[in-house]
Amino acid sequence: MNKTWTIIKREYTSRVFKKSFIITTLVIPIIIFAFTILMGYIASRSKENQTIIVDDNSNYFHHQIESKSKSYKFIYSKPHANESNQDFLKRLDADILMRIFPFKNGKADSVHLFKEGGISALANEYIEEQLNDLYQQEQMNAAGLSNTTLDSIYDASINVRSFDLENNQETSSEIAMMIGYVMGVLIYIIILIYGTGVMRGVMEEKTNRIAEVIVSSVKPFQLMIGKIIGIGLVGLTQLGLWFVIMFVLQMIALPFLGAASISTLQDPNVTAMSNSLTQDGGKISHFLSLLASQNWFLIIGMFIFYFLGGYFLYASMFAAVGSLVNEDPQEAQQLSFPITMPIILAFVIMSSSMQNPHSGISVFGSLFPLTSPIVMMSRLPYQVPTWQLILSMALLVIGFLAMAWLSGKIYRTGILMYGKKPNWKDLIKAMRQS
Amino acid sequence: MLQIKNVYKSYGSHVAVHDISFQIKAGEIFGLLGPNGAGKSSLLRMITGITHPDRGEILFNQEYFDLLKHSAYIGYMPEERGLYKKMKVRDQAIYLAQLKGLSMLEARNAIQFWFEKLDMMTWANKKVEDLSKGMSQKLQFVTTVAHNPKLLILDEPFSGLDPVNSEVIKQEIFNLASNGTSIIFSTHRMEQVEEICNEIALINKGKMILNGNVQDIKQNFKQNLFSLKLENALQGFEANIRSQDAKHYILQFETVQQEKELLDACLKQHNRILEYREILPSLHEIFIREIEGNAITQF
Repeated sequence: MNKTWTIIKREYTSRVFKKSFIITTLVIPIIIFAFTILMGYIASRSKENQTIIVDDNSNYFHHQIESKSKSYKFIYSKPHANESNQDFLKRLDADILMRIFPFKNGKADSVHLFKEGGISALANEYIEEQLNDLYQQEQMNAAGLSNTTLDSIYDASINVRSFDLENNQETSSEIAMMIGYVMGVLIYIIILIYGTGVMRGVMEEKTNRIAEVIVSSVKPFQLMIGKIIGIGLVGLTQLGLWFVIMFVLQMIALPFLGAASISTLQDPNVTAMSNSLTQDGGKISHFLSLLASQNWFLIIGMFIFYFLGGYFLYASMFAAVGSLVNEDPQEAQQLSFPITMPIILAFVIMSSSMQNPHSGISVFGSLFPLTSPIVMMSRLPYQVPTWQLILSMALLVIGFLAMAWLSGKIYRTGILMYGKKPNWKDLIKAMRQS
Repeated sequence: MLQIKNVYKSYGSHVAVHDISFQIKAGEIFGLLGPNGAGKSSLLRMITGITHPDRGEILFNQEYFDLLKHSAYIGYMPEERGLYKKMKVRDQAIYLAQLKGLSMLEARNAIQFWFEKLDMMTWANKKVEDLSKGMSQKLQFVTTVAHNPKLLILDEPFSGLDPVNSEVIKQEIFNLASNGTSIIFSTHRMEQVEEICNEIALINKGKMILNGNVQDIKQNFKQNLFSLKLENALQGFEANIRSQDAKHYILQFETVQQEKELLDACLKQHNRILEYREILPSLHEIFIREIEGNAITQF
């Protein structure tokens, strides 16, 4: 045990103090953060005020077009004779020229917008919406609908809310989907990155021939487990540091970022675009309260459990493969293919269980140890029956123990087997021999 | 100290080690010889507890060998050297000593002692990948002996070392042996074996060919060849001359009487004997003869 600890310590420190680890740990959250800041900046820049000249040749709108947004200002004017569009804009110090053509037989023709360098999709959409609203309203008025009737039609809307049968708590499938997806993807990425990290570490020891020196001091199983735990701790450290760095960066930049994102949300210009967050301002706080009402204790606890379980299970398989490979990285790719298959399968099942979290395939995927760490995480926010959760956890523990035992056997023989290109027959032979 | 009794190991249909027995006493330097693929490495791996024999016993101080219990008493330097390339020299040595059961402090002190002794302090903080072949060889030796093992297993310890460093390591091997450490020395280089070892075992194709004291083996394999240098040419005795280079003869006698007659004749003829000695076979010759069945005579 003491020696395993020594191995864990070396595996951990030799990685954590490596330049590449420090760089990726620091740089990735900074990149993500810089990206967020940039988005906020772009959002705050895009609400720059724009003045629009309305040159209404139809006389249909009767100066009725008016802006509901601070970002746009409509002014009514006519160009001088022979005045170019550029000069017209320059004279009134405006940004956009809107030319409404006369109606033909009482029907609207096209409206042209002019701007130096073209018009943004956002502005185009906004103006179009304003015009169409007015036009439709005029048409409906002409058909005999009063403004009061119209208002009551616009206000008619039904709010659909969903509740869990068991505890009557309000649920949100969108939020559940989002949490499940993020957790599942996180575990998927961690298993792939750190699992292959274990494989590379084992290959390094084998090709360096240091494995032979070490297994004359400790049992091969100790070496394998020490490596797996050490690298797993590196993974946890990296995740933890990412969370801390992101949190600290948020805190530092909250005044700027917060102001930007709040004003972005309040900007009717943006709200007009996405209908999901509109209608009443209470929707956002409702969203946040739903997010908070999730059972985070369970989700985080299970995340750590499935992260560790999934990682240990796959890492011991990757270790076994690494022990069979000689120096050729192509061999590693070929041999690790059967391992990456179930990871990808788990990812596919996860995507399908987003649609239907209680289907047969989802339940199977969340119980089967090779797929459960990813699939169960995505099902968890949808109130998984307790017996399924317990069975899934038990199967994962059993699966890991069985795999560690099996991999230990392969590893023991594989790590001292040189020269020959390994195949699956050798692997089975290796298991029998030890 | 170490007893190997009828040890047998096979990999599938290939028999790597076929009923081999020998023993090593404390403070003995034991040469394990044999061509490539003879089963030396398989045997050494079993002695170090990396693999286990299919049959037979390996006893360490009269006890069955147990890796967890005995690994601290054994130092193993495999033929293919292995070190972590990215690790610093000192950290590497301390780590391997800790795996042998030394505490951090003990390991640190032991490494300090050996680094000073072998003049390695200047590169203690370098990375292993920056070392020359000879330097990493020396480091490998230190990592093998730092925990003060009772049994030292050295597989080709001098390969890659310059003559100066070879001599340094050789002296350390003698020192360790005189302090009671048993040493198994595996090599192809026969002149080193003759110089260093007391006892040898020669194995080929998994079987023991020869085992015993170096001098005894040489006596057993002598062909009664003698080297004789004379002032004047030898008269007669053509039947005994195996080869001749001017007045330097290689002679072979069937009986002691023949030898006496020849020497008497020389004296009677007042032919001065400039040199007369028995030619004992070198281990190299015995090795080749036993492995290939060809006798080669040279002087």
